[in-house]
Amino acid sequence: MRRTAPQNPTDYLPITFPTLMLGVFFVIPFGLMVMVSFFKRVQGGFYEPSFTLANYARFLSPFFAEMLVFSLGLAALVSICCLCLGVPFTYRLTRLSRRAQVLWLIGLLGVLSLSEVIIGFAWSTLLSRTAGLSNLFVWLGLMDKPVAWTPSFAAVLTGLVYQAFPYTVLVLYPAFSRLDPSLMEAARTLGASPVRGFLNVVLPAMRKTLLATFIIVFIFALGAYLLPQILGRPQHWTLSVLVTDQAIYQSNMPFAAAMAVFLVFASLVLVAISGQINRRGGGS
Amino acid sequence: MAGLALTDVSKRFGSVSAVDGVSLTVPEGTFVCLLGPSGCGKTTLMRMIAGLEDPTSGEIALNGERLNDIPAHKRDLGMVFQSLALFPHLSVGENIAYPLAIRGRSKVDIGARVNELLDMVQLPGVADRSITQLSGGQRQRVAIARALAVSPRLFLLDEPLSALDAKLREAMQVELRQLQQRLGITTIVVTHDQREAMSMSDEIVVMSAGRIQQMAPPIDMYRKPANPFVADFLGQANLLMLRGVHGGAECSAGLISDLDLPAGETRQISVRPEDVAVAPGDAGPIKAKVSFVREMGATIEIHLTAGSERIIAATSPKAHPDCRIGDEVSVTIPAEACVVFDKQEA
Repeated sequence: MRRTAPQNPTDYLPITFPTLMLGVFFVIPFGLMVMVSFFKRVQGGFYEPSFTLANYARFLSPFFAEMLVFSLGLAALVSICCLCLGVPFTYRLTRLSRRAQVLWLIGLLGVLSLSEVIIGFAWSTLLSRTAGLSNLFVWLGLMDKPVAWTPSFAAVLTGLVYQAFPYTVLVLYPAFSRLDPSLMEAARTLGASPVRGFLNVVLPAMRKTLLATFIIVFIFALGAYLLPQILGRPQHWTLSVLVTDQAIYQSNMPFAAAMAVFLVFASLVLVAISGQINRRGGGS
Repeated sequence: MAGLALTDVSKRFGSVSAVDGVSLTVPEGTFVCLLGPSGCGKTTLMRMIAGLEDPTSGEIALNGERLNDIPAHKRDLGMVFQSLALFPHLSVGENIAYPLAIRGRSKVDIGARVNELLDMVQLPGVADRSITQLSGGQRQRVAIARALAVSPRLFLLDEPLSALDAKLREAMQVELRQLQQRLGITTIVVTHDQREAMSMSDEIVVMSAGRIQQMAPPIDMYRKPANPFVADFLGQANLLMLRGVHGGAECSAGLISDLDLPAGETRQISVRPEDVAVAPGDAGPIKAKVSFVREMGATIEIHLTAGSERIIAATSPKAHPDCRIGDEVSVTIPAEACVVFDKQEA
């Protein structure tokens, strides 16, 4: 691969097309959104150009603050659940035979091909009273009568964790497969039980990867807007749901745009933090 | 019995036999090298002793106590890994303190012991440094200090010096041997480097294809290899096919007089290059032609073609100042320098 800096205009040719597409389909729409976020809403109409900070001022309301805290908390909880499940899973996975690893990874990629809508309705069915898992438990004699587990906070969390889990594993996998297995063996010969060795050698050695994975899953969960609607009650709705609601059902484009801009910046800050972590020392 | 005892230990991975019926006794306080080509089962054998691999059959006992069912973390052994396996998130001091902290020693005790160990491996005052700030040789010492922190019953090293450059490796061999003698700790080193094995150990165990080929003190093994594999693997060896005749044994190019072989029988023998005497002219018993000369400073290696045999002679350069490719020379192999192998080995 050529590593020299571009010398003349034709050297930029290969990246012209991607740059153009990114400009037309991302930068311009995003710029329009930023613009709209400063516009004024017209009651019963749409919006008119102006420059007002009113849309951003609404962030200071208790309702918005509560929703923001809930959204961030939910995203953090999804990340923690995904790490708690994904780290032991990936560690075990990297110790399987090559063939078994490939099969598991194909399975996980298969889950990625499901759309959010399909995942949402599948879990909604699985957790329902009429056709859900509780019927199976009743049949097995574990429960007295079928119950509805959805809509509920647990259902939202389950759906989001299910959706984010393959990403978690795919982000953790390269780092865990590069981890020197003799680290764990050294811990064992030095007197650490397998669990202890995992907790105080493997996890600390992977701390940068874990933090980076946390941030990626966090951003992913922050953007989810379908699952909270399908599996949760209105009090379980996140900021992303609110953006959809304001934009499509309340026709309040300027406020929706302001919230979207806020979400994008929050995500960018997190990406920047994770980039900093990775740059400083690698660690994985 | 004090020391390590392996009885008929085998390890199979699926249909592959990595270690095949190894019985071995390592008396307390001795330094033993497991030597062999890669894939000979030496590392697997060491991993079974450490408890990182379960033997398929056989027994491993230390000081009379059966180790087989004791998990690795309860065996109280010290092991240095080929990759060193120093914990990257801990400082030098914390790495060495790790086994002590697990055993619940007090902070004061740990601090004192860490300093003592760092002095022992001649690295005083680096406890607060990060592992990444150390050179390869220094990391090596830290790994040794960490493995010895709890005064283990057995000290295991898996190819410990393979990552170091030649000069440093030689120095560390001497240092490791001195450290072992000072502590009197039973030590087993896995290596594929026969020089390393020769220079460090009380006993060498040569392995091939999962089996022990020979166990003996280095110089005995060098002088009396048990079979052609050992002769060839440990140092250089001329392996010749000889036929017993009246008054000695002959190869295709000449005679080794007074070598006692049953008349008419063919045997393989081994003779070390430094025992082969080369003289100008054709007065000697074996006629040969110089095919290559390799001058290595302290010694000179003369590669010879004698009939269908190829013989290497090693000598001091002063003894053979003018040996050139193509020279006709005569070769004498003294009978007492020959090791005759049993017929089935030939």
